[in-house]
Amino acid sequence: MLTKRIIPCLDIKDGRTVKGVNFTELRDAGDPIELAALYALQGADELVFLDITATVEKRKTLSELVNKIAHKINIPFTVGGGIKTEEDVSVLLQNGADKISINTAAYIDPTIIKSFAKNFGSQCVVLAIDTKCEADGNWYVYLNGGRQKTDTLTTEWAKKAVDLGAGEILLTSMNHDGTKQGFALDITATLSATLPIPIIASGGGGESAHFYDVFTTGKADAALAASIFHYKELAIPDLKKYLNNKGISIRL
Amino acid sequence: MNTVIIQYNAGNIQSVLYALERIGMTAVVTDDPSLIQSADKVIFPGVGEASTAMQYLKERNLDVLISELKQPVLGICLGMQLMCRHSEENNTPCLGIFDEQVQKFTTSIPTLKIPQMGWNTICDFKTDLFTSVPENSFAYFVHGYYATIGAHTIAKTDYILSYSAALQKDNFYGVQFHPEKSALVGEQIIKNFIAL
Repeated sequence: MLTKRIIPCLDIKDGRTVKGVNFTELRDAGDPIELAALYALQGADELVFLDITATVEKRKTLSELVNKIAHKINIPFTVGGGIKTEEDVSVLLQNGADKISINTAAYIDPTIIKSFAKNFGSQCVVLAIDTKCEADGNWYVYLNGGRQKTDTLTTEWAKKAVDLGAGEILLTSMNHDGTKQGFALDITATLSATLPIPIIASGGGGESAHFYDVFTTGKADAALAASIFHYKELAIPDLKKYLNNKGISIRL
Repeated sequence: MNTVIIQYNAGNIQSVLYALERIGMTAVVTDDPSLIQSADKVIFPGVGEASTAMQYLKERNLDVLISELKQPVLGICLGMQLMCRHSEENNTPCLGIFDEQVQKFTTSIPTLKIPQMGWNTICDFKTDLFTSVPENSFAYFVHGYYATIGAHTIAKTDYILSYSAALQKDNFYGVQFHPEKSALVGEQIIKNFIAL
């Protein structure tokens, strides 16, 4: 049986792992390669690396880091941050990344989803959406690391991205990110029930029960978290044992 | 041990090379026919689309070359599918090493996403490719098409239906999952292939 995936996320800034609360107040959380190797050993199902300060001059640093990670890690991993062109994707894949994650660049120019899917396969195109529930009760797409609001509904953007060839959606709720109060179950369930591709829920995972909720009520295919793993508040083996005991299909 | 990874327009070549390096092996990535023919082991990776990949192989006569290899050959994911007779993916005639057909997953159940992406169990092992691999071990899959079960099936997986997780005929082996990304289970399978 296909299992639900637990995905630690490593936010990378200047080659170090960092983690913020509600997208700000960054704290250092250690060496990304060391952490990644530890998570792989502990049974993480995949890893995500997001270069949150990606700039042109830092792209070389990122590809070198990806290469080091790829040599160490025997599970799939996704790399995101500042990816705009086919050349960007090609370099990361050649250095051993399995999937790439795109966000703002895809919103500005949705045709890159199509061209990346055509050239590298949908399976390696992860569309990341940062979303926030506004006072009107609707979930809107945010860009540039959550700094810029758009008037686009998350459901509409996700649907369009799937039509263009996105292979997975990494959905981060800005209302929940860093709060450790649980995932955004409603919008996750809405996307998962209406889209034919896997949904990775992100933002708000603080304890084992939150993961159970997002896999059941939230209908997520995978759940991503960062700080609770980095700061050793929740160990991956304990989380997976808990989920397995609760009847969730999980890789032990 | 002289291992060659066939270079073509497939996405996971680097991952396969690094996986070999992690178990202390090296490999040459090449599309040079003489290097491929003289190798002890040949790995035929694959991530991508069937008709484009077949066209690429044909243009370089790699289709004939692969079919005539005598040493152990391991096809991975699309590589395995291309070793079958025919793929429904853009109605593509393939190499015809395995008689099994490659068909598209279809389902009316919305929670079963296509492609299958993630960890699933593999079982009903035959052959040395699975030495020391416990039944129902987890392997990492990413695919929207599957090979049917037939005479060459040496491992099975269930997703929507039961299908071939691995195939073998003579010196030709194929795995639908990605051993290079399947943690320790994958490493064991790669070691087993190298030891054949």
